[in-house]
Amino acid sequence: MKIAVLADIHGNLEALQACMAHAEREGATLHVFLGDLVGYGADPVACLDLMADHAGRGAVVVKGNHDEAALGGLCEVMNPVAREAIYWTRAQLDPAARSFLASLPLTAELDDLFFVHASADAPDEWEYITSSAQAGRCMDASGAAVSFGGHVHHQSLFFSAGSSVRAFQPVAGVPIPLVGRRRWLAIVGSVGQPRDGNNAAAYALFDDEERLLTFFRVPYDHSSAARKIIAAGLPERLARRLQRGE
Amino acid sequence: MDGAVHPGPGTEIAGHHVQEMLCEGGMAVIYRLVPAAGAEPCLLKMPRLGFGSHPACYAGFDVEQMILGRIAGPQWPRLIATGEGEFGPYLILEEVTGTSLAEFAQRSPLPVDEVVRLGAALASAVHDLHRQEVVHHDIKPSHVIVRIGGQATLIDFGLAFHSQLPDLVDEESDRPLGTPAYISPEQLCGVRGDPRSDVFAIGAVLYLLATGRLPFGEPASLAGLRRRLYVDPLPPRCIRPDLPEWLQEIILHCLEIQAEARYATAAQVRHDLEHPAQVALTERGRRLTRCGPLAVAKRWLALLMAPPRALRPQAAQLALAPHVVVAVDTTYPSAALFQALRDALRRIIAGEAHWRVSCVCVLETSALTEQEDGAEIMRSLHIQRLVELHHWAQPLGLPQEHLRFHVLEGGDTADRLIEYARASHADHIIMGARGRLGLRRFLGSVSSRVAAGASCTVTVVRA
Repeated sequence: MKIAVLADIHGNLEALQACMAHAEREGATLHVFLGDLVGYGADPVACLDLMADHAGRGAVVVKGNHDEAALGGLCEVMNPVAREAIYWTRAQLDPAARSFLASLPLTAELDDLFFVHASADAPDEWEYITSSAQAGRCMDASGAAVSFGGHVHHQSLFFSAGSSVRAFQPVAGVPIPLVGRRRWLAIVGSVGQPRDGNNAAAYALFDDEERLLTFFRVPYDHSSAARKIIAAGLPERLARRLQRGE
Repeated sequence: MDGAVHPGPGTEIAGHHVQEMLCEGGMAVIYRLVPAAGAEPCLLKMPRLGFGSHPACYAGFDVEQMILGRIAGPQWPRLIATGEGEFGPYLILEEVTGTSLAEFAQRSPLPVDEVVRLGAALASAVHDLHRQEVVHHDIKPSHVIVRIGGQATLIDFGLAFHSQLPDLVDEESDRPLGTPAYISPEQLCGVRGDPRSDVFAIGAVLYLLATGRLPFGEPASLAGLRRRLYVDPLPPRCIRPDLPEWLQEIILHCLEIQAEARYATAAQVRHDLEHPAQVALTERGRRLTRCGPLAVAKRWLALLMAPPRALRPQAAQLALAPHVVVAVDTTYPSAALFQALRDALRRIIAGEAHWRVSCVCVLETSALTEQEDGAEIMRSLHIQRLVELHHWAQPLGLPQEHLRFHVLEGGDTADRLIEYARASHADHIIMGARGRLGLRRFLGSVSSRVAAGASCTVTVVRA
């Protein structure tokens, strides 16, 4: 089975549709949405409709910090631009969308795979995994052979090697065999707001029979997504960063 | 196997039956499997796991599984299956049939033509590996099997590095990773992923085959290993005075201490081995003593100031050293086309540091072979074409050590060019289109056939 893992969609419908179409061409039969489904982008409801539809057909969905904030959770710690987007998003959500978001768990498991938005080590503290030590704590907490996370908006792969944890910068489109009795943590990048200088949407595909993990970058119509952000009256900076992927 | 249980004859693993234990190495145990009817012979490889076994055994096993699963070709064993059974994890690999290069090495020193044949086959396999983003990092005679057709096959990828995959090799080990007799200076300093480390090991293998001795012996201590960071090996011709200078030139060029001073690619090693007359001889080929203490002291100091480090990803490394073949049809001289070919060549090698250019033309022989004085005419035509090729290249003013000239004899022009480009691992062919439509209609287009049939990029130039 090929599993498409999509994180940090952030209400960007153009990016989500492009990644879903790409995953379909790659033969994905199961979708996992790794949280931060809304916030920043101009299409939160359309995105939630699409994901709720997939959830009804077996897709795995977990909650992110922006999803929690959109439901009324704490957003005072966020930067002013993110906070403004959360206030705007709250006003857009209808009861169905709110109840879908409210129903989401913080983590999910599937055989020896573990899914979480930020870190398996205290999932509700929304820690950014940027170091091998943090990745190690996440892998220890999940206990799974392969863990998937999002939240940091760029792609990386961590793995256990003896007593240490090492980081690897994946190359888009190159399948990586996840061999051996070691633990792996894939940070899959962001669908709706990539921040590594490349404006293409990011996601990962895992073939659980062949144990092959592939990180992908998918070009999408970021100009339309940016125009909609401006038309919606959201902060202009959110539109600009889509163009540059920053 | 360190007290661990191991599968006896007849044990079934993934539908195969164990026949016998073949060998037990430091890192793994290998069994021969009962060959299934009509199937290729295959081997079962299991890491040595048990009390006290080194963690590197396991890492090496993972590396081999990861990398063999991602590369394709007859230059290494095919990975048939992987899995984990009651005896632990295993790989099922194609059993490569042929003669180990270690057996050839036992008979060394070998005749020059045999050194060349084996060295060219090894360099060719190594370059094919490098092109697939992998550095072997443990090239030595016992890791090379020469198949019956003469093709070299590389085995044991436990230390290999793939530039696009995570490096699972055990870096926590306090020993340098590699075999003491063949390990490159930069590997000793912990640099992984430089294809020129394998070029160094090819040099050590060539040295052994040619002289019967190892260039740096088999040092057991770290200090002994590190000597190669500043002391160069005894020139092979001191051990074997009848060895041609060009072969010493090639061997010592591979064994240069600084990776930047070595051949940029294994393909260049093979090309030189197969075309000795074209090897640009330097002091390296002629010297009969090691460098003096002053040079050694300088290297020691330089090392202290700037230890070797990884510079760039491997694909970029190979891209800096393209082999460009320019096909020049001197039988239809056209000043404009010749100039256009030179301009195209200049643009393609601009900015690359370690390029090699082969200027070639094809001498069709069919009409002459039946004549009585055919051989004599051929010789004179051959020289004439060679002179014309040099004349074509002269205005380029390129350094001679990067240039090669070949007159390819016989057969169909397009086929000969395609074959030459394949055998010399060319990255790019530049050739002219026949200008006149009538000629093209009458003779057919060579360039379109080369463009369709070559395995590398082809640029067709019009004046």
